[in-house]
Amino acid sequence: MSAAAEETVAAPPRRRLRLALWLLGRSFSSMLGLFLVTVIVLLALIGPWIVPYPDHVAGAVNLANKLQPPSAAHWLGTDEVGNDILTRVIIGARISLLVGIGITFAAAAIGVPLGILAGLAGGRLREAIMRFTDLFLSVPGLVLAIALVAALGPGIVNAMIALILVWWPGYVRLAESKALSIREEPFIEAARVAGASRARILRRHVLPNSLSPLIVKMSMDIGQAILAVASLGFIGLGAKPPTPEWGAMISIARGYLPDWWWYAMAPGVFIYLAVLGFNLLGDGLRDILDPRSNRG
Amino acid sequence: MTALLEIADYRLAFDTFDGTAQVLDGIDLALEAGGTLGIVGETGCGKSVLARSLMALNPMPPARVVSGQIRFRGSDMLAMSEREMRRLRGRAISMVFQDPASYLNPLLAIGTQMEDAIRGQDAAVGDRQRPRAAARARAAELLAAVGLPEPARLLDSHPHQLSGGMRQRVLIAMALAGDPVLLVADEPTTALDVTVQAQVLALIARLVADRGLALMLITHDLGVVAAACARVAVMYAGTVVEEAPTADLLSRPLHPYARGLIAAVPDLDHPERRPQGIAGSIPSLITPPQGCRFHPRCPIATERCRSEKPLRREILPGRSIACHHAAP
Amino acid sequence: MLGYLLRRIGLAGLMLFGLVCLTFVISNVAPSDPAALAAGPDAGRSQIEQARRDYGLDKPLPEQFLRYLTDLAHGDFGRSIATGRPVGTDLARYFPATLELVILAMALGVLLGVPLGVLSALRKDGPADHATRIFAVSGIALPPFWFGLLLQLAFATWLGLLPTSGRLSVFTEPPDPITGLLLVDSLLHGNTALFREALSHIILPAIVLSLPCLASILRVNRSEMVEALRMDYVTAARAHGVTPWRIVMVHALKNAMLPTLAMIGLRWGWMMSSTVLVETVFDWPGIGLYAVSSAIAGDFKPVLGVTLIVGLNFMIANLVVDLLYGVLDPRLRRA
Repeated sequence: MSAAAEETVAAPPRRRLRLALWLLGRSFSSMLGLFLVTVIVLLALIGPWIVPYPDHVAGAVNLANKLQPPSAAHWLGTDEVGNDILTRVIIGARISLLVGIGITFAAAAIGVPLGILAGLAGGRLREAIMRFTDLFLSVPGLVLAIALVAALGPGIVNAMIALILVWWPGYVRLAESKALSIREEPFIEAARVAGASRARILRRHVLPNSLSPLIVKMSMDIGQAILAVASLGFIGLGAKPPTPEWGAMISIARGYLPDWWWYAMAPGVFIYLAVLGFNLLGDGLRDILDPRSNRG
Repeated sequence: MTALLEIADYRLAFDTFDGTAQVLDGIDLALEAGGTLGIVGETGCGKSVLARSLMALNPMPPARVVSGQIRFRGSDMLAMSEREMRRLRGRAISMVFQDPASYLNPLLAIGTQMEDAIRGQDAAVGDRQRPRAAARARAAELLAAVGLPEPARLLDSHPHQLSGGMRQRVLIAMALAGDPVLLVADEPTTALDVTVQAQVLALIARLVADRGLALMLITHDLGVVAAACARVAVMYAGTVVEEAPTADLLSRPLHPYARGLIAAVPDLDHPERRPQGIAGSIPSLITPPQGCRFHPRCPIATERCRSEKPLRREILPGRSIACHHAAP
Repeated sequence: MLGYLLRRIGLAGLMLFGLVCLTFVISNVAPSDPAALAAGPDAGRSQIEQARRDYGLDKPLPEQFLRYLTDLAHGDFGRSIATGRPVGTDLARYFPATLELVILAMALGVLLGVPLGVLSALRKDGPADHATRIFAVSGIALPPFWFGLLLQLAFATWLGLLPTSGRLSVFTEPPDPITGLLLVDSLLHGNTALFREALSHIILPAIVLSLPCLASILRVNRSEMVEALRMDYVTAARAHGVTPWRIVMVHALKNAMLPTLAMIGLRWGWMMSSTVLVETVFDWPGIGLYAVSSAIAGDFKPVLGVTLIVGLNFMIANLVVDLLYGVLDPRLRRA
């Protein structure tokens, strides 16, 4: 294939990068998102070394110290067995982030290849893949996840499996539509006529062009997956106490409302900020990378 | 007598990520009531931006007026508020657009769109909006005036049910709704089939003659100008390089760019003369060439052209060019 | 138009069949023994074997599937272990509570989301736009269960303005059901005191449920309005002298409403789904609470029943949206 045709695809990458950074820096909400995500990732990385009470992670029992209000020793108070809430919430970042990223990447790993295959292959194969995908899209996510967890049995691993099963069809749709629309682009036509192989077209054109919406979707989905895992934890189908998972913590803390209301505050705020961060970042990235797509 | 429309030293810039583009760089033009002026030039020379300036339709930002005046009947439109502009739009100055498919709302019936325009003009001058039925009757009248059959049925149809030529006629009818005195037509035939182009052009010419409208016709097609305009201005990279009676310009262009433009048109009477392209391509408007903006492509450019911007001056009665070298 | 309609209905029917397949697959592919699930968590081996025969689970899968289909066609969703009633009866009893909640939340979402989206688009990149953007993303990021607890704490416990939970106070006799929607029934009975009581109970859960919906409607509507206001036909309408109000509220908004409608349809399904969390927090006796308590108790049939009902709702919502598309967009009416 000609060098000229490839150049139109790669359109001055340095200028594009500079433009993207300029746009990102100009948007307050994107910067806020980037900041929040950075903080959550940092907490997840170095959490175990900065928490004030590392032995409270697994759930030490210290009933003399239970349900303390926030103080100098326990900034966010203590829970019903005397564990430091700040410690547990910070460790919770690790779990939520890991689970959120895990679900999103696993869903993308299943969905993207299937979608590209469907989009490039066309015909019967495409029909089969897309109809199978539609099956999973016929029930809204959370209810389907609950049904799956009910069948698999409660627990954080099963919650993850259920959520991966709920999430992958979205990636098939995305990748399929990208592959399909790219197939029609004149430069792909040109590449084909010039005798480029399928693998080369895939590597040089389909993947790079699907990357922007994929990054945007994954950023959003990590946030939504964190929220979904916390939701399952809250209704008792996800992580089980004493795992310091945010949703499960709120579920316990709910029993101590309204007298020990601060117990429920910290995990909720952390879920909110984490999900907010990934959503704002994804939103900002979309404005830059994929400005014409819908948002919702 | 003062001209209907006077554009004086009008400069418009667009602020973009890559820098400020000086899209219009000191435009001076005038149009008498009932006069017809063609604006020709390549894509990107700023002629559509100029057309939109006359109705304050350029999005600001990114567009920004740098200097100049656009006087309509003596009052400066650039100093007008949006509310004052609304009194002019459609009633004094109307516009016909390039691509009729995208300039009609796909979800609204033709009748609704026309009634909205008619009633909107009532509102703009502070009158009570006339009832829908009255607006509809007026709409049917306008459709008949642009030669569309079965106006009543047409009013109930949607844009996708119409052909390109019909859509453009509908848009022309809408432009006439407020009895304007100046019609600005921005490439009105470019998006149409060749056979329809001639019909639409004839329609515009007829309306202009019958109603005594002034016409500013933006096009890249010299044939269109020849058919509809008494005078023509040639634009290059945001400047007017030559202005002349159409016949004179076509027979004897003076500015090197105008000469190139005319040489690029295939001559059907002399098919052995191959059309000549102009070497090079239009310059960046963010970093335009110093001096004369055309000098990098000009066959007769000298050192002076590289440093000194030529002002447009009248070299024959009714003819002016912006060039250091060209002479009558 | 008729062709379009029939095609959409056909597609919906196909989706319904897919939904039934999916629930069948979930109940069979799961590592847990469907007979054990059917017999309930405390069943002994003989009871499980009994259930296997009762439910035909010893038969080959295609035969089981056929039986599943015929049962569903007769409205038989199986029996709930916890309530001892047929799941169909339970669903009929709990669904109106959920429906009432979802309708009110959707009304809030649309009535606030669309105008805010328009406003935000008109003030694009201004402070109001940034504020609504943060608000909208917050609406999606706030964990509904936690937000619900906060509202309970603030409005019920601390301010004492509204009740904490339930559809009515435990001391109030519910009215004879007519529609099953308390707000409607109380008015039909002419009982305004009851109406006020029902309203005070539903308001907090409806707000919590509507927030993500409101947020996403706002966002879609904003970006579609921004897009529509940039279109050539809006430029033309301005040039022709159409009033600004008409341009925004009719010419642009009608175009922006198409994708917004699609989002509303999606959100109807999502609300039916996230009502699970809201009902848990507010002890709202709907199908969400029913699904959660059954799932925790290992009572599988009710969960499947709720899944089917929610899926059915989702499908109907999408069908309605498709039909509205046909009404709004003349280009679809052809063929």
